[in-house]
Amino acid sequence: MGDFFQYVAGHLDLILEKTGQHVGLAFSAVGLACLVGIPAGLLITRNKKLANAVINVANVMQTIPSLAMFALVIPLLGIGAKNAIFALFLYALLPITKNTYIGIKNVDPSVTEAAKGMGMSRAQILYKVEMPLAVAVIMGGVRIATVTGIGIATIATLIGAGGLGTLIYQGIGMVNLPMMFAGAIPAALLALLTDFILGLFEKKLTSKGISS
Amino acid sequence: MKVVIELKQVCKTYNHKDMVVNNLNLHIKAGELVVLVGESGCGKTTTMKMINRLEESSSGSIFIDGKDIRGVDPIELRRNIGYVIQRVGLFPHLTVGQNIGIVPRLTKKDPAKIAKKTIELLDMVDLKHENYLNRFPNELSGGEEQRVGVARALANDPDIVLMDEPFSSLDPITRGQLQNELLKLQEELHKTIVFVTHDINEAIKIGDKIAVMQNGKIMQYDTPEKILKKPSNRFIENFVGQDRLWKTPDMLRARDIMKKDYVRIGMNRPLAHAVELMREKNCEALVVVSSSGNNPDYMKGMVGRRQINKECDHDVRMKAIMRTDVITVQPDTPLNEVLQLREKHKLRFIPVVEEGITMGIISEPSILNVLTEIIPESEGF
Repeated sequence: MGDFFQYVAGHLDLILEKTGQHVGLAFSAVGLACLVGIPAGLLITRNKKLANAVINVANVMQTIPSLAMFALVIPLLGIGAKNAIFALFLYALLPITKNTYIGIKNVDPSVTEAAKGMGMSRAQILYKVEMPLAVAVIMGGVRIATVTGIGIATIATLIGAGGLGTLIYQGIGMVNLPMMFAGAIPAALLALLTDFILGLFEKKLTSKGISS
Repeated sequence: MKVVIELKQVCKTYNHKDMVVNNLNLHIKAGELVVLVGESGCGKTTTMKMINRLEESSSGSIFIDGKDIRGVDPIELRRNIGYVIQRVGLFPHLTVGQNIGIVPRLTKKDPAKIAKKTIELLDMVDLKHENYLNRFPNELSGGEEQRVGVARALANDPDIVLMDEPFSSLDPITRGQLQNELLKLQEELHKTIVFVTHDINEAIKIGDKIAVMQNGKIMQYDTPEKILKKPSNRFIENFVGQDRLWKTPDMLRARDIMKKDYVRIGMNRPLAHAVELMREKNCEALVVVSSSGNNPDYMKGMVGRRQINKECDHDVRMKAIMRTDVITVQPDTPLNEVLQLREKHKLRFIPVVEEGITMGIISEPSILNVLTEIIPESEGF
């Protein structure tokens, strides 16, 4: 245990740098996935066939083993951060798109009927009624995507994208347990902390009328 | 400002084959509460939804205040038509106050005015605004929710309100209360209301006029009373229920309870005849009619046992002994007035007279008959 703290104290800069890389990989991938996945999820609520197709494709992405995914992206984007972000983005897409779709689909039809009958436009119904009601489900998708992303990002080091995985793999290879923990523990804390913060955010966005 | 709605030869088909609404004509006067009633699938809801263009008519035209609604932007149209649905559809993420104010807020009305109006509306639907304004819909009972639903529909001061089975999912007691309150509101507001229901009792209770629908057509469009008393065909008669009239005592009139085959006697007939007639027909009173003139039923007075027993002269004529201060009622005098008169003057027989001609007579048995029809129904309730 003492070795661990000694290692951390001695390599604080390295650990912070790797944590920064890790956060960068996971968050930019999830950010991109939100930009694509939320509109895609909204769009496919209009068409059931399209919805099935999109969700099936996303499901397939999800089943590809993560290391294999990194490898498959290499011919496209080579090695490095770009590759890792793209692969993580593909993973994040499913939960975000699917939850957006489900969240909107689960809005009570009588509520949207009333909204339409009262003279709200399609966009007003989306922004003032459907989105606020679906926000908890959509945020749930974002949380899953982020936590998964932080987890998978630990192997991004294998394609040269850096991150906390670097410390873990090097630690294992060199049988340097303090080094390994210096990667593993921040990675775990990062996932927990992010989930907690997103949870607070979700609560803030959700109306009291539907949270209880 | 009140508004007239007119549907002219309106049809609605789906996929060019199923005629949901078939060549329908309907004229709704300003300030009227018109109920569209019929079994499910009769096209009543579709008809209503065509008025705010939630459904588009396949052919024909709909006019509001003489203006074809196809020329009006549907969003604009709907903002000026209140809309209440069975499952209420309150926005669960908004408070009661926000729910009521949502359409006025969309139309960028002054927030202070919206707030004032919201409070007014809550009080109007009998919800104390200080208790309800900041509650969320999931904290309300079904009845309270629909009260808010009605308040929300009135928020933009629409001249027309469409109500699609608004009270159908409520328990009978709450439903009754809300029906009464709707009637009370309507007395103040005089909106033009189109109300859809499958419940004929509800239709009769609240409608100024009722349109009974079947297979996308209006079978009869009339006042509740006429629908009950003069159903235009066998379908309406069955739908309304044949004994339905008797369950609505406030709609009964003298003509509905009078006995038409009363016993009459000419005014120049002698006492002996009267005694004989009474014995033969086993009745207590006779209507004295003029035998002269074209109409033999022209009423002159009445004789009862009391007058007859006082007389010994068997040759005395009816016109000499008949009572002429007889209290009569018109054929369309309501039952409750007849009963009040009876009670007040201790009458046993009340002739029903129209323009001097006796149409029938109301006696104890005829009232009893009516009451026995009503009472079993009231006990069951």
